[in-house]
Amino acid sequence: MSFPDRKEDEVRRMLLGPYPAVPPDLAGRAAERGRRLLRRHRAVRAAGWLLLLAAAVAFTVWAAIVHPWTTPPTDTTPPFEGW
Amino acid sequence: MGERRAARESRRDREFAAFAAGASGRLLHAATLLTGEPPGGPPGETSAAERLLTTALARTYARWDRLRGEDPYDRTRRELAALFAHRAWRHRRPRGGLLARLTPQERLVLVLRLHEGVPEEQAAAALGLPVDRVRAICARSVTLMREHPPGPPGPPAAAPARASAASKASTASGASTASGASGASA
Repeated sequence: MSFPDRKEDEVRRMLLGPYPAVPPDLAGRAAERGRRLLRRHRAVRAAGWLLLLAAAVAFTVWAAIVHPWTTPPTDTTPPFEGW
Repeated sequence: MGERRAARESRRDREFAAFAAGASGRLLHAATLLTGEPPGGPPGETSAAERLLTTALARTYARWDRLRGEDPYDRTRRELAALFAHRAWRHRRPRGGLLARLTPQERLVLVLRLHEGVPEEQAAAALGLPVDRVRAICARSVTLMREHPPGPPGPPAAAPARASAASKASTASGASTASGASGASA
């Protein structure tokens, strides 16, 4: 196990180079973009809830007007008159 | 309600600023290795690594309140790896960095496994690859890197720390680095 480890250590040392200079405003820019992202997520979630609420209200109103649970009057048989 | 949200936002800002100040040096180094850019880069221009890191940090910020004890560094590294894997085709062209010789996938595996020390299983899960495949890619990349140890890629001042590693086989490195340096200017 030590043989591949030694090779890996060698490459690991190659990767260890000096850290590049971080631009001072990088964290601020990232936070600003993160805030925008968060706002957008919130807006999408709010829109979803609003849509769900609107659908529920629409269904309730429709059901209250139409009463879909009552059996419709039978009008398949023609009126039997003049017998 | 508004006050509580404002307090939470200011606390999030403070925590995130502290985290970013501590972590972005190492993360930017990892991102620079991934994109294959030379460490210095032209001044006054945002490098691809910086853009990658900014996006990853922004995603971490957006998730900050819902991290639930997860390490923000791990989270950002995962975002970085996912972003890079998603846009790997943009980074195919060698740009003269330390890992410019490797393919984007090999770079990603090498950086995750060796630079960041992510266990094989986690790296495989993050990349959506079988563990055997990650092991094979890592071994291949290690072999490639040892066959052609990097000399100074572009400006000679950029690689003082790598000089010790490169000096063992410095005789073979001259021809290979010339092509890397010319690729950087293209």
